[in-house]
Amino acid sequence: MTRLVACLALALLALFAVAPAASAMTIEKIVSPSGIPAWLVREHAVPLVALSYAFHGGSSQDDADKTGAANLAADMLDEGAGDLDSKTYHERLENRAIDLRFRVGRDYFRGSLRTLNEHRDEAFELLGLALTKPRFEADAVERVRGQELAGLRRETTNPNNLASRSWWRTAFPGHPYGRESKGTLETVPRITAGDLRDYVRRTFARNELTISIVGDIDAETAGKLIDRAFAGLPKSNDLKPVAAASPSNLGRRIVIDINVPQAVVNFGGQGIARHDPDFMAAYIVNHILGGGSFSSRLYREVREKRGLAYGVSDSLVWFRRAAVVIGGTATRADRTADALKVIEHEIKRMAESGPTADELNEAKAYIKGSYALSLDTSSKIAAQLTQIQIDDLGIDYIQRRNGLIDGVGIADAKLVAKRLYSGGLLVTVAGRPKGLTSGAVHE
Amino acid sequence: MGRNNQGYKVPNVTFRQNVFLTAAAMLAAALAAPALAAGESDSKVADFTLPNGLELVVIPDHRAPVVTHMIWYKVGAADETPGKSGLAHFLEHLMFKGTAKHPAGQFSQVVSHVGGRENAFTSYDYTGFFQRVPSEKLKVVMEFEADRMTGLQLTDHVVLPERDVILEEQNQRVRNNPRARLSEQIDAALFLNSPYGKPVIGWRHEMEQLSRDDAIGFYRRFYGPNGAVVVIAGDVEPQAALKLAQETYGKLKRRSTILPRHRPQEPPPVAVRSLTLADARVEQPIMQRSYLVPSANTAKQGQWEALEVLAHILGSGNNSRLYRGLVVDKHVAVSAGAWYDSSALDMARFGLYGAPRQDVTLPQLEAAVDAVIAQVISKGVTPEELERSKTRLIADAVYAHDSQASMARWYGEALTTGSTVNDIEHWPDRIRAVTAEQVQDAARQWLDKRRSVTGYLIKDTSPQAEKRS
Repeated sequence: MTRLVACLALALLALFAVAPAASAMTIEKIVSPSGIPAWLVREHAVPLVALSYAFHGGSSQDDADKTGAANLAADMLDEGAGDLDSKTYHERLENRAIDLRFRVGRDYFRGSLRTLNEHRDEAFELLGLALTKPRFEADAVERVRGQELAGLRRETTNPNNLASRSWWRTAFPGHPYGRESKGTLETVPRITAGDLRDYVRRTFARNELTISIVGDIDAETAGKLIDRAFAGLPKSNDLKPVAAASPSNLGRRIVIDINVPQAVVNFGGQGIARHDPDFMAAYIVNHILGGGSFSSRLYREVREKRGLAYGVSDSLVWFRRAAVVIGGTATRADRTADALKVIEHEIKRMAESGPTADELNEAKAYIKGSYALSLDTSSKIAAQLTQIQIDDLGIDYIQRRNGLIDGVGIADAKLVAKRLYSGGLLVTVAGRPKGLTSGAVHE
Repeated sequence: MGRNNQGYKVPNVTFRQNVFLTAAAMLAAALAAPALAAGESDSKVADFTLPNGLELVVIPDHRAPVVTHMIWYKVGAADETPGKSGLAHFLEHLMFKGTAKHPAGQFSQVVSHVGGRENAFTSYDYTGFFQRVPSEKLKVVMEFEADRMTGLQLTDHVVLPERDVILEEQNQRVRNNPRARLSEQIDAALFLNSPYGKPVIGWRHEMEQLSRDDAIGFYRRFYGPNGAVVVIAGDVEPQAALKLAQETYGKLKRRSTILPRHRPQEPPPVAVRSLTLADARVEQPIMQRSYLVPSANTAKQGQWEALEVLAHILGSGNNSRLYRGLVVDKHVAVSAGAWYDSSALDMARFGLYGAPRQDVTLPQLEAAVDAVIAQVISKGVTPEELERSKTRLIADAVYAHDSQASMARWYGEALTTGSTVNDIEHWPDRIRAVTAEQVQDAARQWLDKRRSVTGYLIKDTSPQAEKRS
């Protein structure tokens, strides 16, 4: 379920924007001495600082024959920088229990830092070194590449990866969004240290940089720390444009043969842009259909009533240049067709009739309440503030959010349900599902 | 806890819903979290016991008007009758099927209406349920939880589809995953007499036979106030929480069938054991080894703390002995590490793992692993390594304070595996006190191959493989 969970995590991260008890939290807009803006939340209860940041330019910047380059660069950033070799760099982090994480998505490079207050100067300095002077030494590149390839080899027989890769490749053929960020067994061996440097040079810049800090820290100190890590970066990035795209091959089903007892299913179609006026209505309706709670229609019909699967859900996923709704489940081979029939029936029913008024009210209550409850650590709050900034929702989004939810009426919900679920599904299945074959899906 | 000992270990915890099943969440739940020194927080943890035997722990955290409410039953897979493996976990699922007072779905609906989160989990020594809700809803969730401690009602109409659900869960976790299959075999070979040798999820042929009567019988025997620990972390004062507990859980009668847990114990291990699992889907072979070692509960003073530090020095991060030795210096592995899970009522496991490079065989890798261990046994560890590991372990305790759920989980797990609140509060001091000599002694005493099982996971290339897997 790796890929599916990753999708879900992405969606959750993106959707439950911040509101740590909206009342209790104040977001300050600050600007560092060198002019870098950031959002800051002061939290004095625990002596730590959590930083989240993002650069525009993720794996969609990879060349088609070198996919995985951005991902490999992210994995290499803590392998030595400036005067410090890999061993020394890691020792410095470990001696101070500093956590640095780097992650690449399709549109963004995202990073996080967590440190005890007493070591924050050193933490931000080490981050600055990694971002501005990564060494990408040959032996370290080969070692990390070896780890990546070992992971990719494993994925070739993992049904979760097979179903997911097939879904994205088929939905976005020839487009960067159709490629797995980790690359493939063919492309990863081609990546050179020069490619890694090139990615860093083109992406790590101050012009499309988003920063959020949560912790026991004041605005002035936060500004100085930001400069320590980010002031040394070039002023502007140099990104390749990414074309707008819509998922294609809707209405198709693809079965990937692999001998496993349980078939893994991915299903999905056209989603909705984050800035679409109907986004909130779509989010609520999708929560009712297959959001991650014990009460969704898919959960009830597939798991509770019929015992067909341990998990089933779907979520909205949006990028800068495309949006999809995607879900998944895993079910034994002799009942995969039944499970898929139930899922398709529920999606059709939602498209045709929309949710009931009761379902809408329950979902609205949940989505309002869960906002404050889902962000229970400083790191999660910081990541969420970064997401709000990336999505360009405004610093008052948290205050406005309940109003946006309350503004969704039953008529809006029905309209958006029709729009979201009428366009057909692309379905991928990895396993040996009885009675299911690849091809066009007919009613 | 955020220790970087992600390996090939299958956490012996299963959850009700897979939305929580990120690797991080599984590890966080599976690995005991270290604790916080008294005085490192201004919030004082309170510990009460009600007249009916229920223990209540309150961890105040007033950053947000939110509480995490958890109930931990001192019963798990290790308490199952032979032949009924998977029953503790099956009952955990069935606890959501309603009571005489509240039909199925009502509790979940109340939690979801306020935007709350809930889930449940099962391990060898405990079964837990939790809700995260706005603090004004604390009493409501306590009422519901107290109600289902004794009021569960089950019919075949709900039991049978749920049995299909756990079978799909077993497919998803184990049968579809060669590494999980290897871990299951290693555990089964490591524990000769202890029930820790069977999987928490169960053996499939026994899961298929579990019935409504099995579940109700297990429930009536083990679920009761004197077998439960309630942990509340969040925006509540200890005295207020105590009053709520008295008004809800306090009304329940003590269950006389709940007795101190005495499970079959392991004989002294005497044989080096090894096994090989071949699976057609294996594209990256691995080796994995588990040693039988003391848990925090069974260890003598200082022993488990030394094992914690030893696991960190051997196998956590890029500068650990195993990673540096096998991956960076000798180029025999693409990854390697070690872990230790100290939270168990009975004996615990200490694990090592490595994935060989393509031109290296598993026996060559195993020899290299043995050399690293021999080096620690003969030469000990450096002062720098010792300091670095202790710093990390103690910092994790401070980081844990940032998360209500981590704090509640850590106390709950400790208290259901034989530790006390006092033990947790002194955790950092005890880690600080570990000496290089103790770490070396721990390696010498416990990392003896006769205490271990080594497993190889290889690709099955036989002509029958396609049919078998």
